[in-house]
Amino acid sequence: MDSLLRTFADQTINGLVIGNIYAFIAVGLALIFGVGNLINFAHGSIFMVGAYVGWVCVTWWGLPLFTAFLVTTLVCALLGVIIERFALYPLRSAPPIAPLLATIGVSFMIDQAVQIIFTPNPQAFPNPLLAYRFQVGGVTVGAIDLLIAGIGVATAAALYLFLRFTQWGWALRATAQDREAAQQMGVDVVAVNRMTFAIASALGGIAGLLVGMYFNTVYPTMSFQATLKGFAAVVLGGLGNVPGAVLGGLLLGLIESYGVAIFGATYRNLFAFVILIAVLVWRPNGIFTNQRRTAPEPLTGTFIARSRPVHIPAWAIAALTVAALALPFFAPNPYLLQILTNAWLLGMVALSVTLVTGTAGQTSLGQAGFMAIGAYASALLTQRLGWPFELSLLASALVSAVIGVLLVLPAFRLRAVYIAIATLAIGEIVNQVILNWDSLTNGAMGITNIAPPSLFGWQAIRPHEIYWFTLVLLILAALVQHRLVRSPLGRTWRALREDEVAAQAFGIDLNRYKTLVFAVAAFIAGLSGAVTGHMYSYISHETFTNTTSILVLTMVILGGMGNLLGAIVGAVALTALPELFRGLADYRYLIYGLTLLLLIRFRPQGLLGTD
Amino acid sequence: MESVQRATRPLLEIKQVSRAFDGVLAVDDVSFGIDEGETVSVIGPNGAGKTTLFNLITGVDQPTAGEIFFDGAPLAGLPAHAYARLGMARTFQHGRVFGNLSVLDNVLLGAHSRRQVVRSRAPVVNLLRELAYGLLQPGSVKQEEAALRAEAEEILAQFGERLTPRLHQPAYSLSYANRRRVEIARALMLRPRLLLLDEPTAGMNPAETQEMLDFIATLKARGQTILLIEHKLTLVMQLSDRVVVMDDGRKITEGAPEVVRHDPQVIEAYLGHRHHPPANAAQDDEPVVQPATRLTIDPAAGVL
Repeated sequence: MDSLLRTFADQTINGLVIGNIYAFIAVGLALIFGVGNLINFAHGSIFMVGAYVGWVCVTWWGLPLFTAFLVTTLVCALLGVIIERFALYPLRSAPPIAPLLATIGVSFMIDQAVQIIFTPNPQAFPNPLLAYRFQVGGVTVGAIDLLIAGIGVATAAALYLFLRFTQWGWALRATAQDREAAQQMGVDVVAVNRMTFAIASALGGIAGLLVGMYFNTVYPTMSFQATLKGFAAVVLGGLGNVPGAVLGGLLLGLIESYGVAIFGATYRNLFAFVILIAVLVWRPNGIFTNQRRTAPEPLTGTFIARSRPVHIPAWAIAALTVAALALPFFAPNPYLLQILTNAWLLGMVALSVTLVTGTAGQTSLGQAGFMAIGAYASALLTQRLGWPFELSLLASALVSAVIGVLLVLPAFRLRAVYIAIATLAIGEIVNQVILNWDSLTNGAMGITNIAPPSLFGWQAIRPHEIYWFTLVLLILAALVQHRLVRSPLGRTWRALREDEVAAQAFGIDLNRYKTLVFAVAAFIAGLSGAVTGHMYSYISHETFTNTTSILVLTMVILGGMGNLLGAIVGAVALTALPELFRGLADYRYLIYGLTLLLLIRFRPQGLLGTD
Repeated sequence: MESVQRATRPLLEIKQVSRAFDGVLAVDDVSFGIDEGETVSVIGPNGAGKTTLFNLITGVDQPTAGEIFFDGAPLAGLPAHAYARLGMARTFQHGRVFGNLSVLDNVLLGAHSRRQVVRSRAPVVNLLRELAYGLLQPGSVKQEEAALRAEAEEILAQFGERLTPRLHQPAYSLSYANRRRVEIARALMLRPRLLLLDEPTAGMNPAETQEMLDFIATLKARGQTILLIEHKLTLVMQLSDRVVVMDDGRKITEGAPEVVRHDPQVIEAYLGHRHHPPANAAQDDEPVVQPATRLTIDPAAGVL
């Protein structure tokens, strides 16, 4: 009993310390959301940069801790200003999803840059404080815990004083409340926005440094998780609500800490995402406010540029298709065929994203989750139940459609930017469930020895065989989708994308058409995932990640939203180009990020135009 | 309390409807009805609560008190997409066409709630059926689509040469006035029992306004039931069978156009407000002013 109580007390301390760090991240996100109405996906990258800057200061240069904090703060604030100036400021009059996608591009670039400079390997961060621990009433507290708590309280106090009592603080709050009114009263809202980025990024950087010290390690992939945890905390506290973000962060830390103590460490990340979705759906203003009015939502949710699709004559498409089918005869280079096979598989996913995001306007950042469901379903059906591949392929796509719809269903009431976050969290949840449902999915070990694709006795094993198999599937998927998009159903989906209010006024049941579009998209993505699993013969919870989802969305934007041919062109371009120029392979995410950033800025309609 | 029994049941009946926003009554105890074949206008100065009332009638917003009936059935609790099936079609004050869709597609979407596959109600089967129809496009679907298309072109042709040469252009490329026309065509495509027009001539020049007025008059002559929200008085006076005047969220009077236009309260509402009570009076409740105003409402409501 006594030991149980002590465990509880220890977990509480632990939760509060982690929660303190989440609060740091969340406050930055909340400030940026409040002032700029922007969900900043690059925030985690700044956090990670902060960790590395601190690590360089301490281990390379041997600077005292205080100086390390100072340098980290300055570098991260500067980075924030640079991001604001060059990536976001030019998009100030674009639809709200545009800067969001730009921050995703920036985060890809920063993460890859850090990997190039410091290698992807984790770096040990020796604790610069004395490993000094002491007992308070039976609870163990370390010096680092006190440091984090102290910095947390001091920063919160400083921020409060700044926002309350300084002219810049007033300007910031005024801008957050009503941008136009603040501007008319002489507030330089551009400068306020930039300052907000500086403050938020400095806070993010400090959080990174603290996390590095706390866990004694820094690594590049810590960024994305931090962004998502920060979102969960912000959403918990109410978007744009700074004190709420602090409470949300602490609460999330406690929930995680207790949750890990009860369920085990592998569950750690699941809590944040479940909370994220649950709060978004049921308490869109956070759990601390009783307001029932939904958060201010932009009217145009998706990223649809006004353009007509580039007309490509049918004979040209037919000729390209024949050329693609005939390619193995002329260029039987297995390496080339493998790359193109990957492009066909991702092309199918791109088709599904262009349908759901381009045609129906529901920005999806979780498409890889549907791939994972399809892949696991097919692997399990063939391995455990001995189903033939032909049957399991179809069944697993159906499973993906059904589970996919059920997962997204609660998020149907969300719009625009919020559906993007919800789908992102859904993609994460799928992987977390795969990781933790050992008895079904074999947990972290993954599934091995998955049989290769086969059709009625013919096995697709050699590169050209699997090339044809995937290409034919892609063509079939494209034909099916083309027919749907050109039918009255496709017209209804487009209406949903253009204006939900007007669509409803003319009898369009939004849930019905969102169900249909997510079902078709999850079916196609599931199909691609299933084939991917059979092709690799191995899948795990790390095979289909959010990075894939974002990459596919980039392909779709590159090709032109809603444009079927564009999705395939985008998939080929982004899969094949970094491979063809071998020297670029190490920089691929830098290229993806830059592509995304430049497209949004200079050619939002993509190569082939919005359809 | 209730007014005299009408001879026929009105198509749309608004009964003591209020809508409060954080304690402020945007619509305050408004009642009136529209009979089949009638054109009724709601007028009032800016901020009178016309648009809020319109949103309540069209299901975009829900009243905090009172009830609205369509063809005798209460509208409360119906989802926003159910109104179209009842036969209510609306236009939007600032124009909400589907920008990236062609003119023809915009108008065809007006018939959404009339399509066979949409009308049947079996839950999951119906979803699969719509998917199968989209994929296979059987003869029945093609025929329906062709018939609707012909109808859409016919409706668009009623605007003369304004829209017919632009059937396949995206709606965003149209002029402002043309977008308003597309909206009305889309609404007519629903074959509405009640057509709700929210300031159909807002932002139009005099020539375009006259053209729209003639168009609405043609609809009215065909027997279309219309609820018109406007603040251009000339338009209202020429088109309406009956006019409801709102000010400060309340209905101040209701009657035939020529009666309403000489009503001193209407003139006051349009030309300027009486001064509010001095600063020391309670501003929110205004207990002194309200009963006085109400006295003038009740007889008016009772007579009509």
